[in-house]
Amino acid sequence: MRFDLQIIASWIKDGSKVLDLGCGEGDLLHFLKKERGVSGTGIECDESKVARCIERGLPVLQGDINEEIQDYPDKSFDYVIVSQTLQQVYRPDELIQPLLRIGRRVIVSFPNFGHWKIGLHILLSGYAPVTRQLPYQWYDTPNIRVITIKDFRKFSREVGFDILTEVAIKDRNSCKRGNIIKILPNMRATYGIFMIGETDK
Amino acid sequence: MIFINDGGNEEMSEYIEHDTGGVSVGVVKKRYFTFAEPPHEMILESGAKLGPITIAYETCGTLNESRSNVVIVEHALTGDSHAAGYYSENDTKPGWWDIMVGPGKGIDTDKYFVVCSNILGSCMGTTGPGFNNPRTGKPYGLDFPVVTIGDMVKAQKALCDHLGIEKILSVIGGSIGGFQVLEWCLRYPDMVCSAIPLATTARHSALAIAFNEVGRQAIMADPNWANGSYYSGPKPDLGLAVARMIGHITYLSDESMRHKFGRKLQDKNDFSFNFDADFQVESYLRHQGEKFIERFDANSFLYITKAADYFDLKNQHGGGSTVRAFSKAKAKFMVVSFSSDWLYPTYQSKAMVKAMKKNGLDVSFCEIDAEWGHDAFLLKSDRLTALIRGFLERVCRETGQGRHEI
Repeated sequence: MRFDLQIIASWIKDGSKVLDLGCGEGDLLHFLKKERGVSGTGIECDESKVARCIERGLPVLQGDINEEIQDYPDKSFDYVIVSQTLQQVYRPDELIQPLLRIGRRVIVSFPNFGHWKIGLHILLSGYAPVTRQLPYQWYDTPNIRVITIKDFRKFSREVGFDILTEVAIKDRNSCKRGNIIKILPNMRATYGIFMIGETDK
Repeated sequence: MIFINDGGNEEMSEYIEHDTGGVSVGVVKKRYFTFAEPPHEMILESGAKLGPITIAYETCGTLNESRSNVVIVEHALTGDSHAAGYYSENDTKPGWWDIMVGPGKGIDTDKYFVVCSNILGSCMGTTGPGFNNPRTGKPYGLDFPVVTIGDMVKAQKALCDHLGIEKILSVIGGSIGGFQVLEWCLRYPDMVCSAIPLATTARHSALAIAFNEVGRQAIMADPNWANGSYYSGPKPDLGLAVARMIGHITYLSDESMRHKFGRKLQDKNDFSFNFDADFQVESYLRHQGEKFIERFDANSFLYITKAADYFDLKNQHGGGSTVRAFSKAKAKFMVVSFSSDWLYPTYQSKAMVKAMKKNGLDVSFCEIDAEWGHDAFLLKSDRLTALIRGFLERVCRETGQGRHEI
C-alpha cells in the first residue's frame, strides 16, 4: 500500500465507518476492512476500478464525487478520506464543506507542489514540473489544482475548518515506503496529509 | 437465412450463443407446486381472489443443512423457470441464463442453491390466463385477474415456504426480474440478505409504458384475439409477433443496431421495391416475432406488461417517496446498469441507489459500458460475472450465510 495510505490507515480507529472518495481499486478500504474491522464504502468514477473493488468484496459506488456525497445524511461516517484526489477536483472549496457535513473527520492527502525540486525545476528549466509524484505533462495532467502544504493551512483558515492533525511525508522510490518530514515540510515533503473536522470530546 | 448468431436477444431468446464452456449444472427438472386452493385463495393487490395457483419452478445446486445458501433468480417478461441446465441428456438448448448459473460460474451452483420459478400470469407452467379456470373448466382468458409484481413475489414467497426456505442469500434478476428483486426486498426485508437488481428501475417510466401499450394494442387489434378467448381457435399470432418486434427494438440500442445491421440488405443486392423485408433489421425483427409466437401466449404478454406498467415502488411502498419506500429494505444491494440501455437507463438505477444511500443501506453500483442496450444484461459479460461472484462471496462472508456445509 502507498506510504500516504499507510499513514492514513494508522489514524483510523478500529471498527469505524469510512467513506473513501476516489478509492481506486480499493487498496486502502481493503486493508482497513481486513485489519481494522472498518465498514467502508468507496466512490470511484472509473468502471474497471469499481468492478475491481466489487470483485474484491468492497462496497463501492460508481459516480462523480461531488454528486455522490450529496445523498448521505449528516455525520454518516467517522472518516471521509480524500487521498490524492483534492488536486484533481474543480472546486476544492465547494467539496470540503459537504465532506465535513457527512463525516466527523475528513482526511485529505495531496502531492505537495512546494517541494524544492519542483521549484528548482521551474527555475532552472523553465518548464512545468514533471516529477515522480507528478509524472504528467501540463497538457495531460489530471492534477488541475496546485497545492502546497502551506496553501492547505491557509485554505483551512479561509474556508473555516480546524486542522486536527497534519503530517508531511517524503515517499521513496517504491512509493510504498517513506519518511515523515518534520523540518521544513513545505520544501522537503512530497505529500501532505491532513485530518480536519471535529475535535475529540 | 438468419444471420444473427452473436447474441443480442433479450429475454431468453433462441439466439444467445450458449458459450457455456462445456460446464453445466446438467439435467434439471421442472417441478410444480400448487397452493391457494379454494377457499384459501390468494388475495391479489387488486382485491381479486385467485386460486388454486400452480407455480412451475426449477432448482440447481444443493441446499445446505442450514438452508442458508439460497439464491433466487428472477426471470424477465418472457422467461421461464429454466434458468440453467438441460431437460435431458439429448437436450441441446440450455436454460436462459446458463452463462451465469452453473458450477464455477458467476452464480456458482457448487456453492449456492438456485431457485427459479415462472412468474404469475405467465404461460410456462405457472398459473396464467391460458390456465383452465376451475369454475368454468375453460382457459381463463380475460377472466384472469390482473396481477402485479407484488402478487408475483407473494406467490414466490409461498413457494419458499413450501420449500422450507426462510432466508434468501440473494435475489437476482434483470428488467422485470429486477422489479421482483426490489419487491422482495421491500415486502420481505427480514428474509433477504442481499439483492442484485440488473438493468431495471424502481418505477416504470412513461417511455416503457408507451412501448408496452403499443405491444398490447397490436395484440388486441388482431381479430383472432377475440377479447382474449382464442384458446380453442386461431391465435392472435400477428398481433403477438408485432408486439415482440416492438419489444426487441427497445432491447437493442441505436449503437447496437448500427453495428449489427446498419442498412445492410437481407439476401439481396438491391431494393425489392415492394414491402418484403429488404433490410436485415426488418428480417431480424420478423424472425424474432415468428419465433416468439411459437412459445408465448398473447394474453400472458398483456398481463405481464400490465404488471410491469403498474410497478412503482415510490407510490406502492413509499407513499410518493422512493426514499421512504427503501426504508423498509435491509438487504445489501448491488445495482448494475448498462450504458446503452434506453429502456431502463442508468439514471433510473442511480435514482434507486440514491434512495438506498439515504437510508444508510449497504449499496454498490456499477454502470457497465456495453453497446448492446437493454439486452446486455443477458449476454456473456466477464465483467458482470465477476461482479456477481465477488458480491455474493462478500455477502456470504459478512452475513455468515451461505457456507456450504455438506
